[in-house]
Amino acid sequence: MIEAVRLRKHYGRTKAVDDLSFTVRPGRVTGFLGPNGAGKSTTMRMILGLDTPTGGDVKIDGKHYTEFKEPLRKVGALLDAKWVHPNRSARAHLKWLAVSNKIPASRVAEVLEIVGLSEVAHKNAGGFSLGMSQRLGIAGALLGDPEVLLFDEPVNGLDPEGIVWIRQFMHRLAGEGRTVFVSSHLLSEMAQTAQDLIVIGKGQLISQTTTEQFISDATKDHVRVRSPHAVKLREILAADATITEDAVDGALVVHGIPAEQIGEIAAEHQIVLHELSPQRGSLEEAFMQLTKESVEYHAH
Amino acid sequence: MIEAIGLTKRYGRTVAVDDLSFTVQPGRVTGFLGPNGAGKSTTMRMMLGLDRPTAGRVLIDGKPYAELHRPLRTVGALLDAKWVHPNRSARAHLRWLAKSNGLPAKRVDEVLDAVGLTQVAGKNAGGFSLGMSQRLGIAAALLGDPKVLLFDEPVNGLDPEGIVWIRTFMQNLAAEGRTVLVSSHLLSEMALTASELVVIGRGKLISQSTTSEFIDRSTGNTVLVRSPQLAKLGPLLVDKGFTVHDGADGALTVSGATSDQIGDVAAANGVVLHELSPQRGSLEEAFMQLTGDAVEYHAEIGK
Amino acid sequence: MTLLAVERIKLFSTRSPYWCSALALVLGVGLTAIIAASTDDGQLSIGVTQFGSSQLALSVVLVMAALAVTTEYRFSTIRATFLAVPNRTSALVAKTVVVAFIAGVLGEIIAFGSWGVAKLLSPASDLAINTGGEWRHVAGIGLLYGIGAVLAIAVGILVRQTAGAVAILLVWNMLLEGLIGIIPKVGTKIQAWLPFQNANNFLALPAGSDPGEGMAAGIDFKLSQWGSLAYFAGIAVALLVVALIVAKRRDA
Repeated sequence: MIEAVRLRKHYGRTKAVDDLSFTVRPGRVTGFLGPNGAGKSTTMRMILGLDTPTGGDVKIDGKHYTEFKEPLRKVGALLDAKWVHPNRSARAHLKWLAVSNKIPASRVAEVLEIVGLSEVAHKNAGGFSLGMSQRLGIAGALLGDPEVLLFDEPVNGLDPEGIVWIRQFMHRLAGEGRTVFVSSHLLSEMAQTAQDLIVIGKGQLISQTTTEQFISDATKDHVRVRSPHAVKLREILAADATITEDAVDGALVVHGIPAEQIGEIAAEHQIVLHELSPQRGSLEEAFMQLTKESVEYHAH
Repeated sequence: MIEAIGLTKRYGRTVAVDDLSFTVQPGRVTGFLGPNGAGKSTTMRMMLGLDRPTAGRVLIDGKPYAELHRPLRTVGALLDAKWVHPNRSARAHLRWLAKSNGLPAKRVDEVLDAVGLTQVAGKNAGGFSLGMSQRLGIAAALLGDPKVLLFDEPVNGLDPEGIVWIRTFMQNLAAEGRTVLVSSHLLSEMALTASELVVIGRGKLISQSTTSEFIDRSTGNTVLVRSPQLAKLGPLLVDKGFTVHDGADGALTVSGATSDQIGDVAAANGVVLHELSPQRGSLEEAFMQLTGDAVEYHAEIGK
Repeated sequence: MTLLAVERIKLFSTRSPYWCSALALVLGVGLTAIIAASTDDGQLSIGVTQFGSSQLALSVVLVMAALAVTTEYRFSTIRATFLAVPNRTSALVAKTVVVAFIAGVLGEIIAFGSWGVAKLLSPASDLAINTGGEWRHVAGIGLLYGIGAVLAIAVGILVRQTAGAVAILLVWNMLLEGLIGIIPKVGTKIQAWLPFQNANNFLALPAGSDPGEGMAAGIDFKLSQWGSLAYFAGIAVALLVVALIVAKRRDA
């Protein structure tokens, strides 16, 4: 579990993180979202003891990161895949990490196997593609078999197979009861990965809730209806709903009446339905809705 | 329009691109997909005359890149956002590019404005975040107001707002009648952006079709049905020869039927429907199905 | 011990320490070989054998030590290090110990290598190491390198950039301390308290016995030769303490 309590980080007058409190629970994948400059990276760095908070506190299972004697056994982190010496081999990189936390050397080969890098383990990390560096970073995070995992943009540079792999992997880690905290800008990806969300903007908490709740709070559900008797159905529904037409296939888009009720009304009037599908908003729509005031660079 | 005809690239014994032929049409966004090592970057580099094909050719509006008189006015490309001198300002970078192709200096300010970098135009590109570099790369691609645009992983490093922006931006470019080819690994993103797909694996063409055809072809379509009278509806559907499975929380999943057919059966028998949703496979599923054996590094998913 | 092992793995799993060591060896021993080869047999003295090791090769060792930390900043592996070992002081002290030790060993190899080469090329010269002063002059090189490495690491931690750290160290060691002597009247008085001058004083052979004393000639040192070494070490350690405090407070 990760707990931030009134966490602050100020650089001069700039408030990168401002009075931020949240809890990341074990057994779930928690997404960490926010526009550029929202303070996500700074927060992650404070969780890991790399940056010192100006005020407030962030603890992992009740302790500061720096209080762990062998922190890699408690917390695994992938913040930036490029934090590797380019002239050092993948294996040597993992080896010194392992030694520093008294992790048995056999674990190095294990994690290399898990991420699929065994064959290139002796090669220098400088020659790795972004996807391979990312896998090496993930291997580093897994080294100590930690209970808490932090990933910053883990799918960066991975190909589709790698993306599916890391998503399933994070689900499995959470399923084993670990705490998994993932920051990403790829909302369509996060919608499939994270069960809980912590959303920040301008250094402050915007929302902490489940992904499902987040989407349904910020977007309006609607129902797509296709029927050979569309005109008649539209007349009947018009009294209680806002109805538009899908530009592509002419389906009715009904706001304000749930699908069940539309189905009952259609049956009552003996209207044939060819489609009756409730549509949910996307995480992206919900996110845009909630963060529109805290975005840094607006393009035209 | 981009045409690849029998395009081949060999490095010694390795065949990076193998007799590849496809056409990228104007007026739509075409996605260029493939696993790592499939030859996407090599193909894009050959389109831009950076690499020389071992055999075959690739033409842009009927000509090889090298024969284009003012290439930036025909083709704009974003291959790697980091191809910028770190100590040169964003504006200076665009100015020399504009000069090289006889483009007016005021175009520089136009494209800076288009990508939202006007305020930081005087700053050195070396201090830019990945997202800002990406926007600068896009500005450079737009400089010559080209008819053909190539983007390699354009959303890399962009934040959600930037991602929505570039997606809409590419769709607008296509709507203006331009040819837009986008390569990306982010399939959920590509499903939202591209209406056409060119998919390659191990240097060979796997598929060229519309995105919806691609998905429909390789994933089975099912229909999710909810009703208070499922006990009555289920057997009726089975009688029609459809396959019926019990789905999550009391719904039925029907395969072998369109939602239209199911709706007709329900109406004919006076069955009330609470939901009748055609379920489509995802681009990701379809992609995994088709490229399964063309993947380079396999991680152990089971471990 | 764990942390020492960590730093040892880090140091020996990249190529630059090997290259720097080889370069230091070639420069140090090579210079002696050139001098020995161009001096008439029988004319060589102990003081001359250590020109290369105490001047040229020392610079290379300073650079190597500074690189050991600046590359960590350059490639952000310092963050990986602080994630693995949140106690930044012990992580950096371990690095200092390992690098200083290796620099020391390298110093002894270069010093005795130079001496050996001189003996080989000029067999008639009196190069026997007899007196305490002579032992100090040759074997003291290792101590000098070890302490120099500490100083270079401190500068590296403070500056964080390779170019800056290397420039500071080279200008300081090779130019600045020598040039201060040019200042009329006070110049040599200041020099008596400069770290690298004191390091040279430590190596100096007894007056009149050798041209080697030219290295620190004309300066009226207030400290004994061992005192000078302690003073050099004191400065290096003080600078390291400052660097460690800064590193601890700074965001990584």
